[in-house]
Amino acid sequence: MIISKLIKINNSSALHRLKYKNLNFIRCFSDEAGSHFDIVIAGGGMVGTTLACTLGKNKTLNNKKILLLEASVNKPWIKSDKYSNRVVSLNPGTHKLFEDNGAWAFIEQHRFHIVKRLEVSDALSETSITFGKSEHTDTISYMVENDLVLEAAKNEAQKCNNLKILYGAKVKNYVLPDYHSDVSNIELENGEKFTCDLLLGCDGYNSSVRKAMQVDYVSWNHNQMGVVATLKFSNKFDNEIAFQRFLPTGPVALLPLTDELSSLVWSTTPQEAKRLLGISEEEFVAEINKAVCGPWKQSSTVLQATSAFDTLLRALNCSRDHSRKRPPKIESVEPGSRAAFPYGFGHASQYIRKGAALVGDAAHRIHPLAGQGVNLGFGDVACLNKVLGEAVYSGSTLSDLNHLKDYESARQKHNVPTMLAVEGLHRLYNTDFAPVVLLRGLGLQATHALEPLKKIIMAQGAV
Amino acid sequence: MKLCRRFPMKLQQKMFSSKTTIDPQEIALFEKLTANWWDSQGPLKPLHAMNTLRVPLVRNGLINQGVVSKENIYSCTPLKGLSILDVGCGGGILSEALARLGAQVTGIDANPSAIDLAKHHALKNNLSINYLFTSIEEHAMENIEKYDAITASEVIEHVTNKEPFLDACVECLKPSGSMFMTTMNKTIFTEVFAIYAAENIFDLIPKGTHQIEKCIEPEQLQRILEKNYLQTKEIRGMFYNFLTNEWCWCLPTWISYSLHAVKPKERGRFLQKQLIK
Ligand SMILES: Cc1cc2nc3c(=O)[nH]c(=O)nc-3n(C[C@H](O)[C@H](O)[C@H](O)COP(=O)(O)OP(=O)(O)OC[C@H]3O[C@@H](n4cnc5c(N)ncnc54)[C@H](O)[C@@H]3O)c2cc1C
Repeated sequence: MIISKLIKINNSSALHRLKYKNLNFIRCFSDEAGSHFDIVIAGGGMVGTTLACTLGKNKTLNNKKILLLEASVNKPWIKSDKYSNRVVSLNPGTHKLFEDNGAWAFIEQHRFHIVKRLEVSDALSETSITFGKSEHTDTISYMVENDLVLEAAKNEAQKCNNLKILYGAKVKNYVLPDYHSDVSNIELENGEKFTCDLLLGCDGYNSSVRKAMQVDYVSWNHNQMGVVATLKFSNKFDNEIAFQRFLPTGPVALLPLTDELSSLVWSTTPQEAKRLLGISEEEFVAEINKAVCGPWKQSSTVLQATSAFDTLLRALNCSRDHSRKRPPKIESVEPGSRAAFPYGFGHASQYIRKGAALVGDAAHRIHPLAGQGVNLGFGDVACLNKVLGEAVYSGSTLSDLNHLKDYESARQKHNVPTMLAVEGLHRLYNTDFAPVVLLRGLGLQATHALEPLKKIIMAQGAV
Repeated sequence: MKLCRRFPMKLQQKMFSSKTTIDPQEIALFEKLTANWWDSQGPLKPLHAMNTLRVPLVRNGLINQGVVSKENIYSCTPLKGLSILDVGCGGGILSEALARLGAQVTGIDANPSAIDLAKHHALKNNLSINYLFTSIEEHAMENIEKYDAITASEVIEHVTNKEPFLDACVECLKPSGSMFMTTMNKTIFTEVFAIYAAENIFDLIPKGTHQIEKCIEPEQLQRILEKNYLQTKEIRGMFYNFLTNEWCWCLPTWISYSLHAVKPKERGRFLQKQLIK
């Protein structure tokens, strides 16, 4: 049926050609359907903007028109001496992505701080584990402020000729391609319309692209919030160790910013978070010092068992690292740097659909316990850039599922285990039930002594 | 193109005459398929998925032959400026991919509705591809040594008289031009998995699509091409995972394989070399 129809149309060739030319014309330029782009990126947060500049610089995608839509206005970035309270820990994989797309140069010109070790300890069992060499030779992550990451990516994105960025462009509605059509239709709140071959949803954990894709999404609330602040130590020192200590209410982390400043991410219950924001600065500093170094009620059985285990490890000649350091005393908190953010867990069962894909927090949201949240998103960016480049270099269309599914399977293979490990850690540490505390105390000591296992954990975090 | 519209009957008769290598039964069957041709998850999904192997095969083959200019390697149009003839192009799944890489593609097929469908789809996607309803024997008469490369993907196993078909292909190829083919081997594995199981158990392709008698061994194919002085550069096995709809390269050529052969620069010198050997 369809064939005979098609052939009929085709046979009145001249007329048909004219008709089709017009159709294409409409598709590309008329106000009715809006202008057409090969790729539309919805959401210009850290992940969306980085994706835009990475794709814009991909040589094999040179002839593709890309549009980046961001709801908020374009805030000019002003360099200030004051550190922002939102910082991210970028792993070596992300660092490589930023070197490849050129954005690292901007960060390097301004400021970042290298972390060479990560000390994780458990307040209840007083056991600890160290990631990174004790000689402090390897870089395990780079601390950069969120808005500097965003500015660096924006700066590079603006250099791409085939990329258009629209700020203040909040999307109202998406209509994704179905069996009969090959393009997505996008409508902004101001009435502007666009069509595209490939829609990339980078619109955060509340993604409307994900909703339009109608994929299954598993999510739950952690009943936890993150309290952030910029902290000042009483003296200057080689601040290159990130400390994370598990308290019964959640982990508290100190992430180095300079030789006297660290950024605080304190995950705790919403009630406790509210209280921490309400108390005076002096009281807040005292609370942090207690949380980071202070003693916690420890069950005597747990302590006995962990020290016995320690002796056993030593007997087996895989003793624990005694170079464990504690952070120095915190003197003050930067005025006005205290804030709190809600946490949650979420994962889309599919990242792709005909003509669309999810990237970053839109696809997965994790507890920032391991500082992995946005690194997973940047890992998505690197992978999608490779997959799309290969697809186009192999003569495929951008929306070809045969290629997009490589992105989905590669990323899910990486993201799901990482998310489960982080979620598992979170659950494991969110209790003070003695047998569990004992187990995790032994666990921390064992992982500490077992170099190869740590290597695996580090490698997983690096991509 | 115009000719076939004005005198379709004449051409059809010609096509089915014993002079050409096309089998009329084969064409009737393909007509059934055209409706769903462009659904990448539809009945022809193995062919759509095969592009992930055969397009890089052509692209890298031509790069390795040194016909792709340096600035075009790793660009968005690596095949810019090269002319390719896609024999048995069907609805244009391979032709369109090659055209997107910048090649000037001519696609020929003996099935008029496939050609119509191909034209329609290319127009819709803003691709300029020269689709012709003709046979390779017919086409070769007026297009001697015209193309940088010829692709005949999943075609030779449908051709009864393979030698004249290949002779005609070689005729169209420029000196130093490349011939790329993919097809099925004549083995018990093909008969059991790719034909019997695919057609009768898994319903992957319509019954009667392939016949084992018409399949050809790589050595046999190589021999016919050698008769035409073509030098075989590479033969690679291909494996289709029907559960994931993915193709991958593999060592054994037991079921599917690809072949890349190159026409000599000068026929005379090549012949001498062969004689010395
Ligand atoms: C307290 C806290 C600490 C964290 N610490 C770390 C850490 O140390 N390390 C780490 O790796 N990660 C951390 N994270 C996680 C990290 O912040 C997120 O993973 C990251 O911000 C996700 O980036 P994104 O671009 O995917 O999404 P978002 O940053 O949410 O960006 C989404 C963008 O889309 C835009 N948008 C949304 N809807 C629309 C629409 N309809 N139209 C147009 N635009 C739209 C929004 O304006 C926004 O700019 C932390 C998170 C929290 C809450």
